[in-house]
Amino acid sequence: MNGAWDGHASGFHPASAPDFVPAAQMRHLQLHRLRSIVERAYSKVALYRERLDARGVTPDDIHTLEDIVRLPFTVKADLRDTYPFGMFASPMQDVVRLHASSGTTGKPIVVAYTQEDLDVWSTSMVRTMASCGVGRGDVLQNAYGYGLFTGGLGAHYGAEALGATVIPISGGNTERQIMVLRDFQVTAICCTPSYFVHLLERALEMGLDLRGSSLRVGMFGAEPWTDSMRRHIESMSGIKAYDIYGLSEITGPGVGSECCCQQGLHIFEDYFYPEIINPETGEPVPEGEEGELVLTTLAKRAMPMLRYRTRDITAFIPEPCGCGRTVRRIRRISRRSDDMFIIRGVNVFPSQIESALLAAEGTLPHYQIILTREKGLDQVEVQVEVTPEVFSDKIGGLERLNNKLVHAIEQTLGIRVVVRLVAPHTIQRSEGKAKRVIDKRTL
Amino acid sequence: MKLHQLSLFLENKPGQLTEPCRLLAHEGINIRTLALADTERFGILRMIVSDWQKAAAVLNQAGYIANATEVVAVEVADHPGGLAEILEVLENSGVNIEYMYAFTFGRNDRAVLIFRFDKPDEAITRLQAKGINVVESVEVYNRIEA
Repeated sequence: MNGAWDGHASGFHPASAPDFVPAAQMRHLQLHRLRSIVERAYSKVALYRERLDARGVTPDDIHTLEDIVRLPFTVKADLRDTYPFGMFASPMQDVVRLHASSGTTGKPIVVAYTQEDLDVWSTSMVRTMASCGVGRGDVLQNAYGYGLFTGGLGAHYGAEALGATVIPISGGNTERQIMVLRDFQVTAICCTPSYFVHLLERALEMGLDLRGSSLRVGMFGAEPWTDSMRRHIESMSGIKAYDIYGLSEITGPGVGSECCCQQGLHIFEDYFYPEIINPETGEPVPEGEEGELVLTTLAKRAMPMLRYRTRDITAFIPEPCGCGRTVRRIRRISRRSDDMFIIRGVNVFPSQIESALLAAEGTLPHYQIILTREKGLDQVEVQVEVTPEVFSDKIGGLERLNNKLVHAIEQTLGIRVVVRLVAPHTIQRSEGKAKRVIDKRTL
Repeated sequence: MKLHQLSLFLENKPGQLTEPCRLLAHEGINIRTLALADTERFGILRMIVSDWQKAAAVLNQAGYIANATEVVAVEVADHPGGLAEILEVLENSGVNIEYMYAFTFGRNDRAVLIFRFDKPDEAITRLQAKGINVVESVEVYNRIEA
């Protein structure tokens, strides 16, 4: 890591070396780390010890990586039930950082890091950014929220370790974001994809076309987004938009990332061991089939996670990647099993509605899905903001648009929903994760 | 020959009209006439204002969608059959009236109607050929009135 390092040219950084080791060597390392993490979890965390004991499993029973299936799953509720510190494997003397979720759906969850954990986290973020072609000399606008949320500080430390110039602007204040982006000659940005769409839109309103700007890379994560949204972002802004993946329970951002090929995300599996299971049965799915991603932290000291159920739906991509990385790749996550709602017996993901709207309008409008129950019957209303491009001064024009959207959604979902055209800026913009579904049903 | 009408998207719920009117009032823009087309869920406010470019800028800045459309203001005799005379001119012309509404002012025995034609230029040619007065500008019209 010397001053002449140029991350853009190769997309390679010395810290990325583990991304390229032969699979056999990687499995060997993983097994070694798995055994020691299970040992640590068992000896330090009551919840793990009780669960392993209940199954009659001891850390010594892990002989191969396949033996991981003998371990119980860990779920988000476990973190809530042991709030705040019940899952810690390190004494507070060794814990140097705490983060927490917002707790919008109940009690927050708390995650802890030792200094070693922070180093691992920074390294995995260095590998993330290197894989997105960001390096020394890049000016990174870090628009992830700083604070209890892991996004801001995770990206911050990673970018500094990489040697990029970090602007710790945090989320919000879109007009200032646009001013900084232009005036500081920003070349890379990270934030949620929905916030970037909002920023793009606001920049255009302010007369700034990002296609002529210095910005060339966006690293977007913390919420599921679709390939069509990527195409929209890339054509509107002229940047390369990369999907990055992570979750606080495991470490924060930095669990996995796309590379220059933009064909799936590499998991930094020397730290985060991935499995894909059938969410109904808990059994592993055959290689290449879709299921729920389950992660085990192989190096986490303060808070080891054994077989944590992410609720994110994906599949392994067995084919080797064009970038040369050998670590396993997953398909980009466009949905979460808990985003799904069931309406009149049909499983619906917000991303399906998003794709239908994009196909019908040609641009991505702001939308929100409202679920209600009237006389025992579930109703879906999709509120879609009218944009100048689709607005008509004729009632017939707007009714045709309305019907077109209803039709497009019906084609995708197989059920008819109500579409309501609403005035611009009436759907609340998020500066973090977009809230796509409002469930008003009282079950 | 053609006037600029501003069309505004509004949701059909109480209070939606107030804010845009207040914004225009604040900028000293006069609404010469307006018409509201509505369905159960949404409405379109169509307006002829004293300074349409400024009005569009003010409304867009406030986050409204305000599109400008070219419409035609036609003087109509204010007696039975006045409108029929005009419609007869356009009958069989292939010109379609998308919608129309009346102006809030007139001159003595004359009223002024606003038409949204699908082919405004052809409509104007045909109307003028029959000696029907197409109002060039609301401001000019008002000055003569005064």
